[in-house]
Amino acid sequence: MTDVTQFDSIIDRYERSEESLLAILQDFQREFHYVPEEGIRRLSEVMEVPESKIYAMGTFYKALSLTPRGRHTIKVCTGTACHLKGAPQILETLERELEVKRNGTTTDGEFTLECVNCVGACAMAPLTVIDEEYHGQTRSSKIMDIVKKRAES
Amino acid sequence: MGAINTIEQLEAYRQEIAAGIKADLPTVLVCFGTGCQANGARPVAEAFSDIIEEQGLELNVNIGIKTTGCHGYCENGPLVALQPQGILYLKVKPEDVAEIVEKTIRSGEVIERLIYQDKTTSDMVAEYSEIPFYKHQHRIALRNIGAIDPTNIDDYILAGGYSGLVKALGMKPDDIITEIEDSGLRGRGGGGFPTGTKWRSCVAVDSDVRYVMCNCDEGDPGAFMDRSIMEGDPHSVIEGMIIGALAMGSHTGYVYIRDEYPLAVKNLTSALEAAREKGLLGESILGSGFDFDIKISRGGGAFVCGESSALMRSVAGEVGEPRAKYIRSVERGLYDKPTVLNNVETWANVPEIIMKGAEWYAGLGTEGSKGTKVFSLVGKVNNTGLVEVPMGISIRELVENIGGGVLNGKKFKAVQTGGPSGGCIPERLSDLPVDFDSLTEAGSMMGSGGIIVMDEETCMVDVAKYFINFLVEESCGKCTPCRDGLPRMLDLLTDITEGRGGEEHVAMLEELCDLLTWGALCGLGTSAANPVLSTIKYFRDEYDAHIFDKKCPAGVCKELITYAIDPEACTGCRLCAKNCPQECITGERKEPHVIDTAECIKCGLCRDVCTFDAVRIS
Ligand SMILES: Cc1cc2nc3c(=O)[nH]c(=O)nc-3n(C[C@H](O)[C@H](O)[C@H](O)COP(=O)(O)O)c2cc1C
Ligand code: SF4
Ligand code: SF4
Ligand code: SF4
Ligand code: FES
Ligand code: FES
Repeated sequence: MTDVTQFDSIIDRYERSEESLLAILQDFQREFHYVPEEGIRRLSEVMEVPESKIYAMGTFYKALSLTPRGRHTIKVCTGTACHLKGAPQILETLERELEVKRNGTTTDGEFTLECVNCVGACAMAPLTVIDEEYHGQTRSSKIMDIVKKRAES
Repeated sequence: MGAINTIEQLEAYRQEIAAGIKADLPTVLVCFGTGCQANGARPVAEAFSDIIEEQGLELNVNIGIKTTGCHGYCENGPLVALQPQGILYLKVKPEDVAEIVEKTIRSGEVIERLIYQDKTTSDMVAEYSEIPFYKHQHRIALRNIGAIDPTNIDDYILAGGYSGLVKALGMKPDDIITEIEDSGLRGRGGGGFPTGTKWRSCVAVDSDVRYVMCNCDEGDPGAFMDRSIMEGDPHSVIEGMIIGALAMGSHTGYVYIRDEYPLAVKNLTSALEAAREKGLLGESILGSGFDFDIKISRGGGAFVCGESSALMRSVAGEVGEPRAKYIRSVERGLYDKPTVLNNVETWANVPEIIMKGAEWYAGLGTEGSKGTKVFSLVGKVNNTGLVEVPMGISIRELVENIGGGVLNGKKFKAVQTGGPSGGCIPERLSDLPVDFDSLTEAGSMMGSGGIIVMDEETCMVDVAKYFINFLVEESCGKCTPCRDGLPRMLDLLTDITEGRGGEEHVAMLEELCDLLTWGALCGLGTSAANPVLSTIKYFRDEYDAHIFDKKCPAGVCKELITYAIDPEACTGCRLCAKNCPQECITGERKEPHVIDTAECIKCGLCRDVCTFDAVRIS
């Protein structure tokens, strides 16, 4: 991935100001599902900020990931309401069945398993968000069916 | 219509919108909040549009359709409200749409299957305002949500929107601040700091530049009022911020908003554009000569960025670490300029207070906590969702009258308030009025208004561990008490929940709590003791059961429980055996099944699938 134009097209959406750094990194994350090294290099050149600063942001902000993610992202809400209503069982089931730890990616690159703190739909707890799709009142015994369906789509 | 250049033009425009609307026009309101969209609201709205288009000409009925923000009742979504009938339908599916149009809209008939039924009394209620969940509410911050289309500024204007701004433009800035002071409004973001006082101390600082900011980071994992307001009524926040800016002479505002709330970001963005187009933001607002605009800054998913100094750093494009407490952001905030940061709900209250007056607002609530508060009532309760009630309502009223009691008839044990900075309040104190001061006195906190109901199957030690684990992950690591103290606390709590706890564990926890409370740099650390100390204080018996009897009374802590099948209840349906990942459940069809506890990994799947409630935890 050495084509800088794909980064520039994102960078160009924003003002040339340090205020825009986080937003640009988030857009990188959204576009590539992680923040690529080349992107950081390019951003550092264009914005004239040291790469180290951008890396520091990349590690600090949870929404950003410096390593590639799987094709699908499974986010298990581990907010308080979801925790009480069975999120730990859902998470364990996924870890066991997909053979992956939280915040890890399956060896075939298919799924990344993440935990999030409340997606703001606690009334439907427990929540699982697969890619951008919300699944409310998920049950540990049904979660694998949902995941498999998604993988096929 | 383009920009509105004078106050008179805004009033004329409001009348123009009103004239364009037929009062008897039946309107379908489909909830388009995050929750209802997750439950499939979009196909329902599409089905309505299709049918209206198809039948509109032929039947000569004109039906309006609107998509609204979250009604706070997401559990029962997709929600469809019908005006003028005032009926609320729950869990509506696209297949129901034709029937709704045919029966309810055309003949005024209620479809029983789709209305609210009380889980305990079995009463059926069709009218929105009569449903217990809504009946006891008093909506100020949530005044328009569910009734207006957040993406249509005309809807907001028609509902009286921007009249607070008009009034404020005719007031002296100092009088605006006095009005807010007199209203007794306290910040809704957690700390409960008096809003007027904050504004006053900001203007007292001499500076040519000042900022007003809105905190929509909503870090409390279990609260979603800020999302709901931002999605469902972004103009109320924008209007509040313009009034604040006017009062303090600020020309630039920022909204810091969680990136995990894509719909809120989208609706806010379009609301800002609409406000600019109408001349309500930008240069010379409504021809007054006053300039103000608002920028959006998307958060990066760190809880600590909700803290004011960290938030301001994050906005400036830096790593969001808090700074020393003695520097006040009203003096040196964003870019070291005087800055006022208020929470979403705080801002949403401002236009109403200006419109209706301080006296009206101060007439609601309690001595020390005026007005109303939005609570996110969730957890083990029948009706979950957002409720706005006057401050001072008792915990019991919230849980029983509005929440309809504890789920599945289980025993009510406690409520947790204030998120990771708050604590647990036991059932026996549930006549406690919910306001800033009573909650703090009880060892908890108002926080952002999360009320999490816990029942007999909630383990209080596990809850404490849950919050400390949350805080360990969210600590920025800048100061030692928090960076090193929290993981140590987590170890101790883990020991207790896994049966390795001794008597000294509790004493050590208390010591560490002390260290954090007095030694940590920011609010994340200084309030981290609350979840632990409050559970020790009120549920010492549960700690003791874990430590001395090696038992988890609630049946939660995995190391201390075993799964077993009750032979009396088991029908031998084999469902559990098919689902067991360990294949450790045996038994003949139609005969009671047995779990081999040596192989069992306590995953809970058998209990989840059994429809006869035959799998027990002991
Ligand atoms: C760790 C931490 C997290 C916080 N998170 C939030 C938050 O998510 N939303 C919020 O409005 N306030 C949050 N606050 C409180 C803010 O620092 C600040 O007091 C508040 O936004 C001021 O607005 P208010 O006076 O209207 O409440 C947090 C504080 C701390 C210490
Ligand atoms: S208390 Fe915790 S979150 Fe706050 S500054 Fe210290 S280490 Fe960071
Ligand atoms: S699912 Fe329940 S009823 Fe069926 S065999 Fe298992 S324990 Fe018995
Ligand atoms: S808890 Fe899990 S492993 Fe144990 S018996 Fe039930 S399904 Fe099998
Ligand atoms: S706790 Fe899971 S959505 Fe709020
Ligand atoms: S999203 Fe529809 S009620 Fe909350």
